[in-house]
Amino acid sequence: MTRRPFLALALGACCLGTLSILGSTRASADDTFIVVQSTTSTQNSGLYDHLLPRFTDASGIEVRVVAVGTGQAIKNAANGDGDVLLVHAKSAEEDFVAAGDGVERFDLMYNDFVIVGPDDDPAGIAGGVDAVAALAAIAEAQAPFASRGDDSGTHKAELALWADTGVDVAAASGGWYRETGSGMGATLNVATGSGAYAMTDRATWASFGNKGDHRVLVEGDAALFNQYGVTLVDPERHAGVKARAGQAFVDWLLSEAGQSAIAEFRIDGQRLFFPNAN
Amino acid sequence: MNASSTAGTALLEARGLCLARGGRLLLDDVCLQVRPGRTLGVLGANGAGKSLLLRVLHGLIAADSGDILQSGARVSGARTRTGGTQSMVFQRPVMLRRSVRANLRFALRARGLRGRDRERAIDEALTLCRLHAQADQPARSLSGGEQQRLAIARALVPRPTLLFLDEPTASLDPAATAAVEALIEEARARHVTPVLVTHDVHQARRLADDVIFLCGGRIVDRGRAAQVLDRPRSAAFGDWLAGRLPTDPPRSSERSISRSTC
Amino acid sequence: MTAFATAFALIASGDADLLEIVLLSLRVSLTAVVLACLVGMPLGAAVGALRFPGRTLLSILLNAAMGLPPVTIGLLVYLLVSASGPLGPLALLYTPTAMIIAQFLLVTPIVAALTRDVAAALHDEYHEEFDSLGLPPGARIVALLVDGRFRLLTVALAGFGRAIAEVGAVLIVGGNINHVTRVMTTTIALETSRGNLELALALGIVLLLISLGINVAVMATGRRGGAMAGTPA
Repeated sequence: MTRRPFLALALGACCLGTLSILGSTRASADDTFIVVQSTTSTQNSGLYDHLLPRFTDASGIEVRVVAVGTGQAIKNAANGDGDVLLVHAKSAEEDFVAAGDGVERFDLMYNDFVIVGPDDDPAGIAGGVDAVAALAAIAEAQAPFASRGDDSGTHKAELALWADTGVDVAAASGGWYRETGSGMGATLNVATGSGAYAMTDRATWASFGNKGDHRVLVEGDAALFNQYGVTLVDPERHAGVKARAGQAFVDWLLSEAGQSAIAEFRIDGQRLFFPNAN
Repeated sequence: MNASSTAGTALLEARGLCLARGGRLLLDDVCLQVRPGRTLGVLGANGAGKSLLLRVLHGLIAADSGDILQSGARVSGARTRTGGTQSMVFQRPVMLRRSVRANLRFALRARGLRGRDRERAIDEALTLCRLHAQADQPARSLSGGEQQRLAIARALVPRPTLLFLDEPTASLDPAATAAVEALIEEARARHVTPVLVTHDVHQARRLADDVIFLCGGRIVDRGRAAQVLDRPRSAAFGDWLAGRLPTDPPRSSERSISRSTC
Repeated sequence: MTAFATAFALIASGDADLLEIVLLSLRVSLTAVVLACLVGMPLGAAVGALRFPGRTLLSILLNAAMGLPPVTIGLLVYLLVSASGPLGPLALLYTPTAMIIAQFLLVTPIVAALTRDVAAALHDEYHEEFDSLGLPPGARIVALLVDGRFRLLTVALAGFGRAIAEVGAVLIVGGNINHVTRVMTTTIALETSRGNLELALALGIVLLLISLGINVAVMATGRRGGAMAGTPA
């Protein structure tokens, strides 16, 4: 007699289990959706929430974005776990195509990086327009700096700038130079939480909710230019790639419709991405 | 008493059972016979090996050496008596966390009873232990005496030929003890032969037909209950009956008594 | 403290996105736990009550497996279901099914190890009676599982707690895709990375409340039948 509640629980749970397995496998295996491997910074900016519904309305194709670190996005795509690659690490993308995993890389849009820091600005870089000089000042003052340290596009761009200052940041790691090994948001949390400077893409900063007393201190340097590219994963190398739907997405992004949709995206009236497909 | 001439009539016979653990000899050359219809009482001080002997006879534990014969045929291995011709009742009744009825159902199912036969057997068991009214209560909420009656009824219903009981009334009050003993007598009426371990001399007097006395793993005294309980042949048994503390291991003269009856 | 207010406001508003995320979390974790119990409980009971070669080794492995980091399990499952992996053709990556698989692998060792301990204790009590009845191994396992049902309820809840709270495995194999594989924990991680700490905290509180609710409901069901354990008179 006391077995009844158990049986009820067990039966209910089993039904739930069966339904859920059935439910999920049904949804896959057609051309009505594609998977795009992209980066957390692009996702966190909110661009996709703005852009993708327009594409879906126009084409009927759902876009599922997997947002991870740049390195992981490229690796996933190289495993065939995505149909389109959309990141901002040009030389890594070109290697991707050269290795035969991608069909062709196209310039898509750019945004810029900015250097943010605490209001009291210990290194005195506020208002500067020279990124390299600002970083050199931070190193000189040994002011804390939070780096992503995760081999992402942002991280590689940051390291390129440090190279120009001649400062060996690897040696300073653990001291004033702090490598979080994390995404942009997590790194910014560390920066605002410990009064450190950081280099971030403008879009992420604009939509970041934990700014504290940090603000943009250095911007506008051409060296802070951040180019995005889009590549179709090669269906000949990876049999499961949805080539038709993936190509449709790439084409749309590069088209008038896609490019103007990118240009329209704003946060607080600020334009964050600049379309520059050829 | 010549073993070979009576071998054919013994329900259960043990020859030369030995068991050692950790260097200690726990059963030492045990020989005995259980005759049909004659309750065998197994007596001895604490630690003499009574419960261990019972478990070896029932097949729960394997002896290191020696033979056990059931109705003349040798049985080997620790547990080969799944034919249901033996049942055992333990000092503390073992009840699952279910109702009385469900416990009976479980045990009878394990014995191979199915369907209507099993339901009939359940009713029979409930009648036997007079627990019809409590059939749907949790078995473990019954008193110790009620649980033990249930355990015996459960053991009897599959019609075993032998019923092993390991101090079944050790933790019961006199009234409950009387009820349990009545069931053991009922068992005899159903042609089940009990093998009863007890530390209670009076119980042995009431229930046993034959008696063996264990001391340090050896049988040092045996005989018909009526005779040997009044006139023990060994000093150890005499001491135990009189309530005196056991002193030394059995003397060599007593060893000869047990050997001659194997 | 405003996080609490936000949490209750979220729940009260019946936000559709929140509901979707909560239902998916429950679906994934409950399914994983049910499957883990179906596999892990008989396995644990066997290790606890039966004797067979390799039993000790298996017991040690179960203990060790309880401490496997979720993110490592996630990585292993990803390698299995990736398009370049052996199960690639099944197209499981970035679906709730992959998340269920990962959580199943995470929870089963816990369920098995804890069931082992429950079964071993019960077996100590019952094994002579089982021997006397000549009960075969399969029947013993069933009897022990049924008899230990109340303690096993707690075991299942422990497994559920582990599943509903983990983020590493479901993040890797699910991809945290909006409306597809986004669950409570991955949403909390996402909102944290966006700097929306108050929202993240509010979601955390919602998760706690749901977990609490489930625990209460299950234990109440168990309590009604608790009398079967009986009290010795």
